[in-house]
Amino acid sequence: MSDILSRFLGDWHALLILLVAGVIPNQIWRMLGLWFGGGIDEGSELLIWVRAVATAILAGVIAEILVQPPGALANVPDWLRYTAVAVGFAGFMASRKSIFAGVACGEIVMVAGKWWLG
Amino acid sequence: MRSIAATVLTLVLFATYLGIGALAHDSHFSLGWALASTVFVWAGPAQIILITTLGSGATVIQAAIAVTVSAVRLFPMVVSVMPMLRTPQTKRRHLILVAHLTAITLWVECFRFLPQVPRDRRIAFIHGLGAGLVLVCLMATSVGYGLAANLSQLFAAAILMLTPLAFLFSTARNSRELSDVVALILGLLLFPLAAKLDSGVDILISGVVAGTIAYGVHRWRARA
Repeated sequence: MSDILSRFLGDWHALLILLVAGVIPNQIWRMLGLWFGGGIDEGSELLIWVRAVATAILAGVIAEILVQPPGALANVPDWLRYTAVAVGFAGFMASRKSIFAGVACGEIVMVAGKWWLG
Repeated sequence: MRSIAATVLTLVLFATYLGIGALAHDSHFSLGWALASTVFVWAGPAQIILITTLGSGATVIQAAIAVTVSAVRLFPMVVSVMPMLRTPQTKRRHLILVAHLTAITLWVECFRFLPQVPRDRRIAFIHGLGAGLVLVCLMATSVGYGLAANLSQLFAAAILMLTPLAFLFSTARNSRELSDVVALILGLLLFPLAAKLDSGVDILISGVVAGTIAYGVHRWRARA
């Protein structure tokens, strides 16, 4: 039993690294947000700014994946990634803002294009 | 429950965590480690950064810095969700679990679902939605870990492409105010410029600049 458990968890060293490099760096920001966000009013001007910054940072995350793609996505040519996003957006607008339609159109273009390129 | 099932984003999360499970396997982490990272880190991009930096032989300090920078986005997200949940009786400790569950998907869904949920039920609603999403992702992490060796390159690329598409369209749909639209468009356009600085905090720079301009537009419209 303890053998299965130790294989499942791996060594304690790796879990310690997870805590230091993974859990703490994320929870710091969440708890700061809790501490700070607990005190401001819904509808306050500050909150509108914070929301705009959060939206823009999320847009930055999206752009980063498209411009500097990680892993297997890097094998897809730039023009194909951008075309897939453009077609996906067209599908999203044409379907009166269905997320599913947008994602499906974009994925089909990328997969078909990549398959065709070989 | 229906909210968990009724969202494309759940499917996207599932696929993303398939990818994370596979990545953890290929980088020689244990399944328990991968599952623990899903529960306690609970931020897809941070997990991908953590696994790839550690897997490529970076030191723990380097990985911690990279993850800390990427996690800054959680701060404004948590701040902007809190006031939607608070009632006069709410204590800060009631919101700790909500803060932990807040990540991109939950943040986006808060703006979609919460207006339809009575205020005194909102914390319970988020606990339920968040726990459901974590559970889905734990399954996906396990399945991805098991399948790792059999994932084709094309499938892996398709999974990675899901994230930007789904986040882009879900944010676009939630953008009702002009400031949100401006923040989204400028945030997309300014990132490639900020990336030229290669500062390590490029996303933070483009985000604060684009968000501040969007807020300026909002102020200017309000006064006109």
